[in-house]
Amino acid sequence: MDLKLKVWRQANNKSKGSLKDYQVKNVSGDSSFLEMMDQLNEELIYKGDEPVAFDHDCREGICGMCSMHINGEPHGPETGTTTCQLHMRKFNDGDTIYVEPFRAKAFPVLKDLAVDRSAFDRIIQAGGFVSVNTSGNTLDANAIPVPKSDADAAFNSATCIGCGGCVAACPNASAMLFVSAKVSQLSLLPQGKVEAKERVTNMVNQMDLEGFGNCSNVGACAEECPVNISLENIARLNREYLGASLTASK
Amino acid sequence: MKLDSRIPEGPLEKKWQNHKANIRLVNPANKRNIDVIIIGTGLAGSSAAASLAEMGYNVKAFCFQDSPRRAHSIAAQGGINAAKNYQNDGDSVYRLFYDTIKGGDYRSREANVYRLAEVSANIIDQAVAQGVPFAREYGGSLDNRSFGGVQVSRTFYAKGQTGQQLLLGAYSALSRQISKGKVKLYNRHEMLDVVTVDGKARGVIAKNLVTGKVERFGAHAVVIASGGYGNVFFLSTNAMGSNGSAAWKAHKKGAAFSNPCFTQIHPTCIPVSGSHQSKLTLMSESLRNDGRIWVPKDLKDAEAIREGKLKATDLPEEKRDYYLERRYPSFGNLVPRDVASRAAKERCDEGFGVNKTGEAVYLDFAAAIERYGKTEATIHGVDNPSAAQIKELGTKVVEAKYGNLFAMYEKIVDDNPYQTPMMIYPAVHYTMGGLWVDYNLMTNVPGLFALGEANFSDHGANRLGASALMQGLADGYFVIPYTIGDYLSEEIRTGEIDITHPAFATAEAEVNDTIDKLLNKTTKKHSVDHYHRALGKIMWDKCGMARNAPGLQEAIKDISALRAEFWASVTVPGTKNEMNPELDKAMRVADFMELGELMCKDALEREESCGGHFREEYQTQEGEALRRDEEFAFVSSWQYTGNPSEAELIKEDLIFENVELKTRSYK
Repeated sequence: MDLKLKVWRQANNKSKGSLKDYQVKNVSGDSSFLEMMDQLNEELIYKGDEPVAFDHDCREGICGMCSMHINGEPHGPETGTTTCQLHMRKFNDGDTIYVEPFRAKAFPVLKDLAVDRSAFDRIIQAGGFVSVNTSGNTLDANAIPVPKSDADAAFNSATCIGCGGCVAACPNASAMLFVSAKVSQLSLLPQGKVEAKERVTNMVNQMDLEGFGNCSNVGACAEECPVNISLENIARLNREYLGASLTASK
Repeated sequence: MKLDSRIPEGPLEKKWQNHKANIRLVNPANKRNIDVIIIGTGLAGSSAAASLAEMGYNVKAFCFQDSPRRAHSIAAQGGINAAKNYQNDGDSVYRLFYDTIKGGDYRSREANVYRLAEVSANIIDQAVAQGVPFAREYGGSLDNRSFGGVQVSRTFYAKGQTGQQLLLGAYSALSRQISKGKVKLYNRHEMLDVVTVDGKARGVIAKNLVTGKVERFGAHAVVIASGGYGNVFFLSTNAMGSNGSAAWKAHKKGAAFSNPCFTQIHPTCIPVSGSHQSKLTLMSESLRNDGRIWVPKDLKDAEAIREGKLKATDLPEEKRDYYLERRYPSFGNLVPRDVASRAAKERCDEGFGVNKTGEAVYLDFAAAIERYGKTEATIHGVDNPSAAQIKELGTKVVEAKYGNLFAMYEKIVDDNPYQTPMMIYPAVHYTMGGLWVDYNLMTNVPGLFALGEANFSDHGANRLGASALMQGLADGYFVIPYTIGDYLSEEIRTGEIDITHPAFATAEAEVNDTIDKLLNKTTKKHSVDHYHRALGKIMWDKCGMARNAPGLQEAIKDISALRAEFWASVTVPGTKNEMNPELDKAMRVADFMELGELMCKDALEREESCGGHFREEYQTQEGEALRRDEEFAFVSSWQYTGNPSEAELIKEDLIFENVELKTRSYK
């Protein structure tokens, strides 16, 4: 198929960007969206132009490095799919596709489609862990039975890939879905309950510091999440946060 | 030169305990004055960074990705082995050790492998304590499954996302240390050289991938945990950015590189569909617990399937050849990876392949769906269930076990694997070879360590499934925290490393030269990918699943010619002082061009078939690998001399005191 692309080009963090028009021809329906971008870049390189910078790594939908706002949606039109797993068979010959970076104050553009998401790392650093040293002198793994339903629910929350699509989808650029997924995972497990109050307080504070917006229950985050992290997590985060702010010792 | 593996004395099961008891320590006050650089933040790198920081060292952790959580360990699917024997099925530390030695085709060190098995159980305890949500049974205890090459269930898992969960666990431990200021993270930084001063590793040169700035970093020890070099083949299951540069640069600075030809070709990957393809996708080995692998018995049927005239589901049972079950009745579909891959290649080479390219076999879940469906019907008290009911119930069980893998398959291939069998074919996945290390995981360059896939030590000529996660975390959480002290105890009086030393200046200048050479070309012919693809084709054709002497000799010449062409006329757009992913890629491919040549050299010199290394000249009449223990029971370690194919070979004899070398049989 032949496609028209409108791609955001921006030299760096300081410069102004704009949409540029490109054409890619003979795109295979079996290509992933990123492979289509590879094809465009190959053509640009041979023409002596500068290729489009974008983040990507595993191309299996698990590392969370790929981003891109495609036709107004993070990771494109298909639900439950990362950009690297979005295949061109979902588009039609002659389509015009808009390709932009994730837009959020807390995710500054580095170049073209690549944005800086280290704010997410700093939120995890604020409390997204269990404070246990890696000595190996811990309890036997089976010492505390965990109900299967809790383990499964914790796993579902833990599958968040930290891509930032939720932030890009949210009209407030809120990071609530991301934060709530980690808070949920750890508050559902006995190992994480010990410091649950400090965790939720610190993570939410860091989220605010980073310049993410507030949650106004739009739900676009869960709708657009490539790994289907559920809104229930946000409900759980709110409950945990409220509980912590009423009862925390500090 | 001689390489001293420094294996501790004493009986096998006492070596590690004795070594730990006698190892030199660094007191807490001194640890505060010692810096350690860690390259890579996968399972090995993150776990090492977290552990060393907890102990009090100052850690500088580097990753080329935007976040440490992206490292490719995240994509490991099936599980992690540990000798917990929770299933009471006869597992033990010894059995895990034995399976790993045998699975590796007797080309790994006994002492290292035994230690790995010994610490494996602790990994699970540690991960659970960190909040890793492993799969559990209804009673609340941990669930296990089976993997290839073993007859017990010792694999712990979190659906098909075990690597993700374990990496996020290690990443959370790392994040905790970053928040305390004990680890300084350098994300979007790529190591481009090791700096040695008076023969000791004293730091690295790294490039900030956002600004393009080349910078110096000093430390008392450098730990390389940068993963494997499977991307030398262009198409592999590795991430796009996975590269061998850190290890290769270390090699060029004097570190021996061992067994480079031992490459794991994983049997269950999604077949190649066209030239647009940038990478291959793995379908977890755990699928072989329930999937049956087959091709048609008759060539005519295979042909009809390829032409789209016949559907797999229409072919009756008696016309199918479940070739693994036929050839290897005792292990069946769960033979080790090398054996399964070669068997698939053999059938496809004979013309039984089932996709358009003729390079695919079926992985069929119909039998499993039926089996689970019947069990579920019994559990739910459904009398005389219909075939449709059985299928529905069975599908739910299969979905619960492998749902995410099936979904991924459907996205890529556009076909529903619950209805029609999956198509799979072998693809490059893991590299057993890597930097030579002693029992302390230190290379022959003092102060330079290598962990996880980046070293050579534990998997011999073939890695068993679910053992990579085990090794990465064992090295990072439980081995290096002890063994690095043995070296660093000598460094307590060194003081801060001086990065104005001429060695740093020279290394930095060399890196800048390479960058300038790539950017300032008068002739610009082809893109980086063009050369990478060409290299991959040479490697796959001549140093892939089957190798022979003439092919390898040709490959060495071809690679050397390709390398010359690359340096003469590769096109690298953009400039130096900006974010320039093409330049970063060019630097990686430049190193692959040298490493590939050494792999061929190693494959040529190893005149035997073992594990992932299959030399056509050395096979039994039945086409099984023919190992030659008398001549080749050694580790091949290569010393760089200026040209990869003229590297000098150093042999480390493998001494087996506890297991008897046998021909591997899975029949």
